[in-house]
Amino acid sequence: MAHLLEIKDLHVSVEEKELLHGVSLDVKAGETHVLMGPNGAGKSTLGYSVMGSPRYAVTSGSIVFDGEDITALSADKRAKKGIFLSFQAPVEIPGITLSSFLRSALEQQTGQRIKLWDFKKRLRETMALLQMDESYAERELNVGFSGGEKKKAEILQLLMLRPKLAILDETDSGLDVDAVRTVSQGIHEFQKNPENSLLIITHNTRLLASLSVDKAHVLVGGRIAAQGGAELVDEINAAGFEKYLTVE
Amino acid sequence: MKEKTQVEHLNESLYDFRFDEDDADRFESGITPQIIREIAEEKGDPDWMRDFRLKSLEIYNKTPMVDWGPSIEGLDMSQIVTYIRPKTRMRTDWNEVPDDIKSTFERLGIPQAERESLAGVGAQYDSELVYHNVRREVAEQGVVYTDLESAMHDERWADIIRTHFMKLVPPTDHKFAALHGAVWSGGSFVYVPKGVHLDIPLQSYFRLNAKGAGQFEHTLIILEEGSYLHFIEGCSAPKYFVASLHAGCVELYVGKNATLRYSTVENWSKNMYNLNTKRAIVEEGGKVEWVSGSFGSHVSYLYPMSILHGRGARAEFTGITFAGEGQNLDTGAKIVHAAPDTSSYVNTRSISKSGGISTFRSAVQINENAHGSKCSVSCESLMLDSQSRSDTIPAMDIRTNRADVGHEAKIGRISDEAVFYLMARGLSEEDAKALIVRGFADNVSKELPLEYAVEMNNLIGIEMKGSIG
Repeated sequence: MAHLLEIKDLHVSVEEKELLHGVSLDVKAGETHVLMGPNGAGKSTLGYSVMGSPRYAVTSGSIVFDGEDITALSADKRAKKGIFLSFQAPVEIPGITLSSFLRSALEQQTGQRIKLWDFKKRLRETMALLQMDESYAERELNVGFSGGEKKKAEILQLLMLRPKLAILDETDSGLDVDAVRTVSQGIHEFQKNPENSLLIITHNTRLLASLSVDKAHVLVGGRIAAQGGAELVDEINAAGFEKYLTVE
Repeated sequence: MKEKTQVEHLNESLYDFRFDEDDADRFESGITPQIIREIAEEKGDPDWMRDFRLKSLEIYNKTPMVDWGPSIEGLDMSQIVTYIRPKTRMRTDWNEVPDDIKSTFERLGIPQAERESLAGVGAQYDSELVYHNVRREVAEQGVVYTDLESAMHDERWADIIRTHFMKLVPPTDHKFAALHGAVWSGGSFVYVPKGVHLDIPLQSYFRLNAKGAGQFEHTLIILEEGSYLHFIEGCSAPKYFVASLHAGCVELYVGKNATLRYSTVENWSKNMYNLNTKRAIVEEGGKVEWVSGSFGSHVSYLYPMSILHGRGARAEFTGITFAGEGQNLDTGAKIVHAAPDTSSYVNTRSISKSGGISTFRSAVQINENAHGSKCSVSCESLMLDSQSRSDTIPAMDIRTNRADVGHEAKIGRISDEAVFYLMARGLSEEDAKALIVRGFADNVSKELPLEYAVEMNNLIGIEMKGSIG
């Protein structure tokens, strides 16, 4: 299958400080990748860079998505091409409800009006899948949501917006067992489309237990320290990152 | 203030005037007693009103120009044509309004609004009321909603107007109050009898249309005991190249246990000097609720004042001010607690962008006798870029230690993280920022009737256009 995401020798700095020192990573359409590493390794930096945060300056290297170099594109253009980032700390946006936000985001992405009836129906079904109370749809986006509800709302947006590539940044952190299970179900749902790709950023492997993983990458100190298949996840699970830290 | 030298310069010339006050002929293209007499005659003013105008002109000539706040140096009084007669007399039927005037109003959406659930529309064109209609059921409740000139000539209302007109805002208040007293024209008179509760809001649209014309409409609202009214004032004006002046006056008398909600969405053209004076007096157990959105004008001085005159009287002020390029908007609220157990709540948002200046001033006075009173002032400012300015100037004058007073001010910038979050979901930077600003303004828009909330959201959208450098 063709490469969906190609990260080539990416160097990224924040305020003159280099955080990624030449990271390369390819994700093919339909694959699920895991990016692991200790705190401060640069995992979130990679996620933010692929999404196009202006805070993270790409000093060299490139990001190619669907055959197109997107290194210079703004985040909204990347989103329209089919990249989604589930935030580790979703931002509270007063003044717009989750439901109207989702509808306008969908309309922005597709450039078409969406019938309210169809939209509401799909929203209800997706919320049911994620065991979210329907009342959240009419609440202001993330405002006053618990940590778990915020993460569920991210997965809800993922399923509603239907991107080609989803980057999940620590989506499992701070969740209780039940919430992890619900979020996993949401991810399963996304994986049902064989074209959909995932890059799951995590520093523990709880979320991965029930998911099929094609490739795993270990990021340490802004560099890829190891790459492998699903077995690498098990290895990290058993032995932690110590082996790679000593290499560093 | 950085423009202080200019203001001082302006003052000197005014002091020259003061020593030379008999020489009123200096106002050749401006205002002379002769012009005032012509206005009075044209309007068929009763003698007392004509004399009031002339007295106000005297006060105007004696009063120095304001020497604080934003510069009004660009305002050339000799250029302001204070009175422009419209081509038409008053109309009560929309069909009889001339086409050119009608099309202007139609572009503003007034007839549609009228057709819907509006109680009455008084639309001011230039300086005179050309269209006025109060629905029958409102009139049947004994509610009077008419223009002030007509009411002044109606023997049922003549006395009440004489005893209330510019008693709350006397011409001696400041220079532009005096000017208003001399040249006021048009505006609304509303009288709500005892115990009458109007469920539908009364609306009024003001509009400046003639080049260089000033607008001096007067709004006088009297609520008798236990009554309720929501009055909505909306303004929009096209842009002109000659400095324009708006010096209106609003006087609100809120009777015992009555409640008045006074909402304004103001969008004057960006060359307008908006020097408006609004004041309410609230009797025992009564309440005034101000909702105010200020978007337009080049310079604004606007501080609606509430005088809590009776025990347990209350005031609420909810406001938003949006200052863009070339705008210096000085807004706020004044509260006087003049009786025991009174309470006030001031909650404002101000936004500045593209070099705009937004200043929030609050002045709270709690008199010695106002024990058991409560006051809470909260203002938040949002600056959208580093060229823009936002200031907060709270003043508190507390003369009793038996009062509960709180003040909170926050100044912030738009969160980059929030913009990125929204952009990551496909919103353009412009839309993302507009959405955040709307959220910031939400406390005001949710106070407005739906169509005004929509209008305000649209205004924010328009103001945010091109804000991305």
